[in-house]
Amino acid sequence: MPSVSMTVNGKAVTGEVEGRTLLVEFLRQNLNLTGTHVGCDTSQCGACVVHVNGKSVKSCTTLALQAEGAEVSTIEGMATNGDLHPIQAAFKEHHGLQCGFCTPGMVMSAADLLQQNQDPSETEVREWLEGNICRCTGYQNIVKAIQAASQEMKG
Amino acid sequence: MAESGIGASVRRKEDNRFLTGKGRYTDDINRHGQAYAYFLLSPHARAKINGIDTSAAKQAPGVVGVFTAADLAADGVGGPICGWVVTQKNGEPHKSPAVSALASDRINFAGEQVAVVVAETLTQAKDAAELIEVDYDVQQAVTKMKDSLSSSAPQLHDDVPGNLCFDWEIGDKAATDAAFANAHHVTKIDILNNRLIPNAMETRAAIGDYDSGTETMTLYTTSQNPHVARLVLAAFMGLGPENKLRVVAPDVGGGFGSKIYVYRDEIVTLWAAKKLDRPVKWVADRSAAFLTDAHGRDHDTHAELAVDKDGTFLGLRVSTLANVGAHNQIFSTATPSYLYGCLLAGQYKTPAVYGEVKTVFTNTAPVDAYRGAGRPEATFVVERLVDKTARELGMDATDLRRKNFIPKDQFPYQSPCLVQYDSGDFNLLLDRAKEVIDYDGFAARRQESAARGKLRGLGLSCWIEACGLAPSAVVGALGGGVGQWESANIKFNPTGSVTVFTGSHSHGQGHETVYAQIVSDQLGVPFDSVEVVHGDTAVVPFGMGTYGSRSGPVGGGAIYKAAQKIIEKGRKVAAHLLEASAEDLEYADGTYTVAGTDRTKTLAEVAFAAYVPHNYPLDEVEPGLDETAFFDPANFTFPSGAYFAEVEVDPDTGHVTIMNMIGIDDVGTVMNPMIVHGQLHGGFAQGIGQALYEQCVYDENGQLITGSLMDYCMPRADNFPMFTTEETNQPCPHNPLGVKGCGEAGAIGSPVAMLNAVVDAIGTDIDMPATPEKVWRALQSRAQAAE
Ligand code: FES
Ligand code: FES
Repeated sequence: MPSVSMTVNGKAVTGEVEGRTLLVEFLRQNLNLTGTHVGCDTSQCGACVVHVNGKSVKSCTTLALQAEGAEVSTIEGMATNGDLHPIQAAFKEHHGLQCGFCTPGMVMSAADLLQQNQDPSETEVREWLEGNICRCTGYQNIVKAIQAASQEMKG
Repeated sequence: MAESGIGASVRRKEDNRFLTGKGRYTDDINRHGQAYAYFLLSPHARAKINGIDTSAAKQAPGVVGVFTAADLAADGVGGPICGWVVTQKNGEPHKSPAVSALASDRINFAGEQVAVVVAETLTQAKDAAELIEVDYDVQQAVTKMKDSLSSSAPQLHDDVPGNLCFDWEIGDKAATDAAFANAHHVTKIDILNNRLIPNAMETRAAIGDYDSGTETMTLYTTSQNPHVARLVLAAFMGLGPENKLRVVAPDVGGGFGSKIYVYRDEIVTLWAAKKLDRPVKWVADRSAAFLTDAHGRDHDTHAELAVDKDGTFLGLRVSTLANVGAHNQIFSTATPSYLYGCLLAGQYKTPAVYGEVKTVFTNTAPVDAYRGAGRPEATFVVERLVDKTARELGMDATDLRRKNFIPKDQFPYQSPCLVQYDSGDFNLLLDRAKEVIDYDGFAARRQESAARGKLRGLGLSCWIEACGLAPSAVVGALGGGVGQWESANIKFNPTGSVTVFTGSHSHGQGHETVYAQIVSDQLGVPFDSVEVVHGDTAVVPFGMGTYGSRSGPVGGGAIYKAAQKIIEKGRKVAAHLLEASAEDLEYADGTYTVAGTDRTKTLAEVAFAAYVPHNYPLDEVEPGLDETAFFDPANFTFPSGAYFAEVEVDPDTGHVTIMNMIGIDDVGTVMNPMIVHGQLHGGFAQGIGQALYEQCVYDENGQLITGSLMDYCMPRADNFPMFTTEETNQPCPHNPLGVKGCGEAGAIGSPVAMLNAVVDAIGTDIDMPATPEKVWRALQSRAQAAE
């Protein structure tokens, strides 16, 4: 089996994978980072979103080998020293999650949006989330949380 | 109101773990040495199985076992069961064909589980499954209800003649016929209630684990009701006894009804773990979820409303065909009968109502309770019909409804459909809804849209539902097979913190927060000192779980009762410590005070004394401060609401834009407004999903056409505007907290408001989902008819 090396949440990791092993499988099974979820098999739901070299990607649609040498960050890497990232804190404050299953993908996706657009409008947030499905919240409080986080992060 | 007590928008305890990736869902759990199960699903919707050859699969790399129905039969393992006996018009019980946990000689829906492969890795299991040879004799499937009932239809089950599950009625037929005979006007409508696929974002999953030393089995599973799963697995599937079976439902990623049932794959996974004496893990992929999760709704209804000259409702007649799919499940008979028929009177004092329902087996996945379960279907019938009546009479839709509302002073109100409504103020709901939507300003908004070439529509629904599933005696009298109480155990720990064990289960509703609020409020302990435990039959008392919006009214009621027991026991201990009589003690906020003095003892001090009983009234009370309560309320609860949807239709494309969606709800006492509004938003999204986007489609051969998230239109963030939700609450009189329940309300009231809005915009009837194509076609045929 080929071996793959990457940096995940700032830590260098190496593992043996099959050619067909997906990045999400590598994260969940090899590294036990189970915060990244799998909600579908057609690359639609966004539960699996992580960052690869600073950009949000669907880790269910990325081979582990494609991330060779990459900087990967996952939901487990968002909080620092036990303090929630402003996006995480805003999701809590605005009740942007219910069952929590879509949440890691939502947070990671939102983090990429706010890197690209520091002050997104409601429409921009909603359109950005087109690739993230939530069955619980009706999205309303997710949108509010992301907009609130953008204000917080602008300072 | 304390900052964290009942009524406060306390931020959720569970959120930190979910937000940091530390939630623990079933697929996040791994047992040492676990193997992986993969199910071979039938590619055909209807077939005879002549034989299954698993020999090649058994030889494949990594395979540790391949099993079929024959292996289950040899071990006496049973299949899915029905939990509710519905008595038909002719007095006979409904037909419930026996089904096995893997298909034995016959396939009745595409996706039916035929065999399971267990292997060292999932990919090995999948690869081996391709080597299983099934000799199918493929036959023509029947997927439409009317076809299935026709005399020439193939029979799905040998013991169900005509594919009819039941033919049931509710209400007074003679009185209703008489009302129609005297009517000034009769409005008629034909309605399809579209079939939906629940799609909780976490798919179903199970891990079976067998300990041969203690001979105990553990099932980790995505269940809304782990104790019910344990009972069913032990009593009907031969996987007990109950004391040797532990069911753990850890964090569960949404349910919406689809995770109430004990499914075939879960039964087989548990059994295989014991058979192989090693842990076995199975996780549905989304494609399997589409095929095998219980679907929702799927009704075909004709309804008529008889009215007097002035618009007074005289009688309502409803005739429904409901699809149950291939076989019954736990609530698949209750949902289209009692959970539907009992709500047909709606918010109106219509004196005579008669409903009849035929449920039909077809070669499609089983259909069962899905968020709202029968009540969205009932609401849809009533509110489409009332809306159409208003149009036919040329009356304002709100005036006609108001004229027929059950007045506030007539509660409790005995409906002609069996149930007794508890409380409500429908005028108040409608008044506020009209204000919030700016009803009077609609004409101007419509003109403004017209000026831009758009068609604007306003739709209303005034709805009532029955939830808080309980009481046991009523449910039992109607054919339900289980009790409908809930349990709670409160342990006041020696050092002053509190642990609460509930038989209810959270899969997104926030029990860990709301139940802690109740306990904090009643026992005066800080919110952060209360821990709520749920989901593990080894640690929580037997409970009925979460469905039918029962966790607030029933589960919350049990917690409240247990808290009162703690207070009462503590009173005796405090009296002893204070050398006063128990009657002289006043209790408030966790402190006992000798009336008229400043002598006090806190519950924390009492708890310490109860566990370290050096100075203790042992002749009067036992040591410890640990109380259990079971709560079985006297009636269902009856939330109600008035919802408005406002849309704009583009006549060139048929595209519907939601301009506004507002709901005024009466959900009884609100324990945490933030959570209640969140539940309503989610219900709106699912309801609007049904009205505008979602449709499960099978082709004539029984192939699921909408079998992925690319084909089944799940609502996305950019489909919705910001919703407005408000409450005008009338407390429920028969549970101690006054709660009515809010989990399903949004999904019950919103589909019909939305569809009424589309109908108002385009001026012609249309079925859900009102997709651009359907709306465009409706506009074209309307234009052609006008030419
Ligand atoms: S798991 Fe659904 S998009 Fe990746
Ligand atoms: S919170 Fe449950 S799917 Fe989004």
